[in-house]
Amino acid sequence: MGQASDSGAVGHDAASDSGAVGHDAASDSGHPAASEGDTLVTAGVARLLAMLDAGDVSAEDVVTAHLSRIAEYDGDVNAFLTVLADQALDHARDIDRRRVRGEPLGALAGVPVAVKDVLCTRGEATTCGSRILEGHRPPYDATVVTRLRDADAVMLGKTNCDEFAMGSSTENSAYAVTRNPWDLGRVPGGSSGGSSAAVAAHFAPLAIGTDTGGSIRQPAALCGVVGMKPTYGRVSRYGLIAFASSLDQAGPFGRGVADTAYAYAAISGHDPMDSTSIPEPVPDVREGLDSGVDRLRVGVVVEALGGGVETGVAARVREAAELLGKLGAKIVEVSLPHAKYGIAAYYLIAPSEASSNLARYDGVRYGLRVDGDTAEQMMAATRSTGFGDEVIRRIMIGTYALSAGYYDAYYVSAQRVRTLIIRDYREAFADCDVVLSPTSPSTAFAVGAKADDPLAMYLNDVFTVPASLAGLPALSLPAGLDERGLPVGVQLVAPLLGEAVLFQAANALEAEVGFDPVPRGGNAVHPPDTAHANA
Amino acid sequence: MSLTIDDVRHVANLARLALDADQLERLRDQLGRILEYAEQVSEVATDDVPPTSHPYPLRNVWRADEPRPSLDPDAARATGPAIEDGRFRVPRIIEEDA
Repeated sequence: MGQASDSGAVGHDAASDSGAVGHDAASDSGHPAASEGDTLVTAGVARLLAMLDAGDVSAEDVVTAHLSRIAEYDGDVNAFLTVLADQALDHARDIDRRRVRGEPLGALAGVPVAVKDVLCTRGEATTCGSRILEGHRPPYDATVVTRLRDADAVMLGKTNCDEFAMGSSTENSAYAVTRNPWDLGRVPGGSSGGSSAAVAAHFAPLAIGTDTGGSIRQPAALCGVVGMKPTYGRVSRYGLIAFASSLDQAGPFGRGVADTAYAYAAISGHDPMDSTSIPEPVPDVREGLDSGVDRLRVGVVVEALGGGVETGVAARVREAAELLGKLGAKIVEVSLPHAKYGIAAYYLIAPSEASSNLARYDGVRYGLRVDGDTAEQMMAATRSTGFGDEVIRRIMIGTYALSAGYYDAYYVSAQRVRTLIIRDYREAFADCDVVLSPTSPSTAFAVGAKADDPLAMYLNDVFTVPASLAGLPALSLPAGLDERGLPVGVQLVAPLLGEAVLFQAANALEAEVGFDPVPRGGNAVHPPDTAHANA
Repeated sequence: MSLTIDDVRHVANLARLALDADQLERLRDQLGRILEYAEQVSEVATDDVPPTSHPYPLRNVWRADEPRPSLDPDAARATGPAIEDGRFRVPRIIEEDA
């Protein structure tokens, strides 16, 4: 992959370009050491848009500041597989020209975004973190990518992920292990670990990931950022390279709830190119962000704070419930009695769908081919060479679960459990508006700690998988740090199409938690100047 | 859940994966443990519970049957590793005397 050379194309000179940043923006920071570039990489979306709109900074300044930080520090993090520096600068300059001429601009004009490498980008490498798609350049854009372009968000590059989004640590990428910006010896979570790390490291204010069983929410939790999985069908899957089609959903990351809402608004909505896309209008979730929680009922999952949850995680979840109570929410206990079967059901359903979806990598239509004497030998040689261990493992589980004699016992039984979990949530939502639990049972673990124990790795998903099986919108937001100084995420889950209440509750909780999203600690990525971080 | 090497080899063949002896042995052990865990679903998945295949109820999604531009065929084929005369080139599939 061209990571080193592509990002190397952004020279240190790029940093000096941000000298064009307007005087007002810089002086706002009130901190003599705050460089203007740092102000731009710590600003939230609303502030960036305001500065751009006022002409204090150009889109080129904003993009240059982020590319410069990527060039300097992504060697430590490995968030990106491909940095699209030239394309991003061209787009930024085009936005600046259109702004000067008074032409219409998209809702995110000039705001940088990083995109997970499972979403197709026309003419640009799209690998899914797999050797089998090395050099693959799709002939079309995913709808999510089209909508970001239409919004004039500037795509900085494609982010690393577990191969075909299968994993919870981003260690399963064929190209690089992404590091957690809070502790470079630890994983960022996964599978969207490149996207969560990019946002946490202040390489981009926004990123897009995909979530099949927790692949947005868990890395958001481990990296101290906000990550949101919309209702299944709310965001088009067209051009999202399929892992498990009845579960896959793209969604946004940001360093705050309001930022994340901007990205959600840009990418959501019906798309005729995806027959599972929901043909309903999408309410603007930003309108109700400040409505508070005093008329909301928050259900705390009673099973979720028992054994297997780290004490630092359980403590932050209890505090989050108390803070919501203090803000006026009614706190109730709810039970999801079948959620404990979620992992078992998920690790039958998702691999089954994956074994079918990944049959298309046959050495004929995409990417890699390894020669063989017969067509079958060529296919088997190609697939065994091109797929990594975890993908092979899941194809094998799925093929077994769908094979003659086992289909009813495994696949159909797992689908029945899916029904039971949907019923559990339906009962819970009779008593509450959102459900609160940990996002992940642990904070970020060391690189390599769980790499040899697939089942232990799967259990990371115990709190995120139930909402995936039920298709529900869910959001993880930082709730503080554990005793080691690592971020803890709490998860909120809402009923189908309940994104507005999800963002509303998360925004109120975020304000009360007061989490500082700048990574710190002895082994953290080099921080931007923090004087302006929460402005 | 205990699997034999032949079970694993059979599944690998169905999945068109060519695995060596070490991989087969490791997968025999790992798949056995994962499937044993997954068998929990049978504890509660009784016949009176209908299976769910999709979490959002949508049925019969149609679009208008109207011609419209599609992807350029050459662009669509260009993603393949071996293209010849506008076709995907593959090893011989049908035997000459078949």
